[in-house]
Amino acid sequence: MSANLIPILWSSTLQTLYMVAMSTLIGTLIGGPLGVFLATSRRGELLSAPVLNTVLGLVVNAARSTPFIILVVAIIPLTRMIAGTSIGTTAAIVPLTIAAAPFIARLIETAIREVDAGLIEAARAMGATPLQIVRKVLVPEALPGIILGLTLAVVSLIGYSAMVGAVGGEGLGDLGIRYGYQRFMPEVMLAVVVILILLVQAMQSLGEWIASRFDKRAPRNRGR
Amino acid sequence: MSEAAISFQRVTRRYPQKGGSDVVALHDIDLEVPQGAVTGIIGRSGAGKSTLLRMVNGLERPSSGQVIVNGHDVGAASDSALRRVRREVGMIFQHFNLLASRTVAENIALPLEIAGEAPAKIAPRVAELIERVGLTAQAKRYPAELSGGQKQRVGIARALATEPRVLLSDEATSALDPDTTRQVLELLQTINRDLGLTILLITHEMAVVRDICSHVAVIEAGRIVEAGETYAVFSRPQHPTTRSFLKGVTGVAIPHFVATMMTPTPQGPEAQAVVQVTFTGRHATDPMLARLTAEHGVSVNILAGAIEEIGEQPFGSLIVGLPAARLAGSKAFLEEHGLLTEVLGYVG
Repeated sequence: MSANLIPILWSSTLQTLYMVAMSTLIGTLIGGPLGVFLATSRRGELLSAPVLNTVLGLVVNAARSTPFIILVVAIIPLTRMIAGTSIGTTAAIVPLTIAAAPFIARLIETAIREVDAGLIEAARAMGATPLQIVRKVLVPEALPGIILGLTLAVVSLIGYSAMVGAVGGEGLGDLGIRYGYQRFMPEVMLAVVVILILLVQAMQSLGEWIASRFDKRAPRNRGR
Repeated sequence: MSEAAISFQRVTRRYPQKGGSDVVALHDIDLEVPQGAVTGIIGRSGAGKSTLLRMVNGLERPSSGQVIVNGHDVGAASDSALRRVRREVGMIFQHFNLLASRTVAENIALPLEIAGEAPAKIAPRVAELIERVGLTAQAKRYPAELSGGQKQRVGIARALATEPRVLLSDEATSALDPDTTRQVLELLQTINRDLGLTILLITHEMAVVRDICSHVAVIEAGRIVEAGETYAVFSRPQHPTTRSFLKGVTGVAIPHFVATMMTPTPQGPEAQAVVQVTFTGRHATDPMLARLTAEHGVSVNILAGAIEEIGEQPFGSLIVGLPAARLAGSKAFLEEHGLLTEVLGYVG
């Protein structure tokens, strides 16, 4: 591989990380509260609002069943409205976030549903309000599961980010297509794939490590 | 006993079923739980005891009737009024329901945080509670690092954090081994005495009632079938359910070799009557059988026996053999002196 490709690989990696980080962040800001609401608003639950729960559930399902590459193209007008342009790395954050938010919402919903109903009962018996139960019981108890869910989201977004090259987004995926495929440079393709594997591997390990730091459910050696 | 801490008045709980008749979990319950006492509700699973307990802090609401706790009508309370009542009512659970993400100290602090206490007030209160339940060394441990008995101590400390006047116990010892059960029951008894706390517990184990309850109510298929002071209920059980719960908890079993020879009627002039004699209250320590022999010349053959303590009073139970020919006179003598007798059968 020629030396002048190294800077391109480096800047593409940074672009990928930028897109993934921003879409995870904004996706969590939207998907987090949405997931908590979905987990607690069925009939008879803490924030019982069955109609809104059903409507939001349908919206989430619709967004999740749209193939990502179609979503990217379909929302170009929206992207242009938000980002001012439909081309480039920043513009690519819009479809990535729209794909991430419902996915993250479902992951967080699942993590919160795993919390033992006995804990909710105990908190109600203490005189907790529904919001106190969410803040002091559900979210802290579900945190290891939420972190593992977000790890899964990050890994999926690394994969999605490779597709946004199709609409002018940059990053590793775009580099692989333009240099590795269109210019017949298999070494670039290989480098891109290796970097993606390393990125996914690193994110997965990091996520699991953070989750285990927050997981007090199983006793373990604390270096005593 | 003084006025009731908790009063159930014609409480019924129905669960509507789709396209069918309602399931009635509780049927017309009238029950007074005395202030400052330990009261047990005993029943099999599905009898309705859990629903009844949860009415006290409004986790369940009555379909009709009233539940009065510390003077508040809980069943009719608004959500915010109910939250205030709940801070005066502590609750402990069979599976402890501790937050795995919080240390012992942080778990005990939770109800205080929920009540909006200032952090400066929470720390000393938590330290005091941890000491009361004997977990000072474990304050910074997580629940997963504790034994079942220690977890329940955390549960008890947490339930006491907001200085409640009533403590509800939902099968708090059912997941514990006998030794740990005894320790937890002793702790509850100490708290009851020291703080004058009213304790209402549900259990399916008569041993728990025997050990710490001064009052008991027996619940069967959503109805209270028997209620009163534990001592009275234990010595004169009226309902078959009560009797079956008492089996094996009080008194003694007929020795096997006697049981195999027993017949419902005397078979000959030498026949012995097998009689269960229950000693109650102050008579439990009187040597009545010795007097029966000395004063009436009836030879008493002791087959099995035990004296235990129920509701803090001595409670004795003996199975004896008496000559069938002298049965009527002996029974009369014993009953005249306050003992209870029941003829179980005859041998020979």
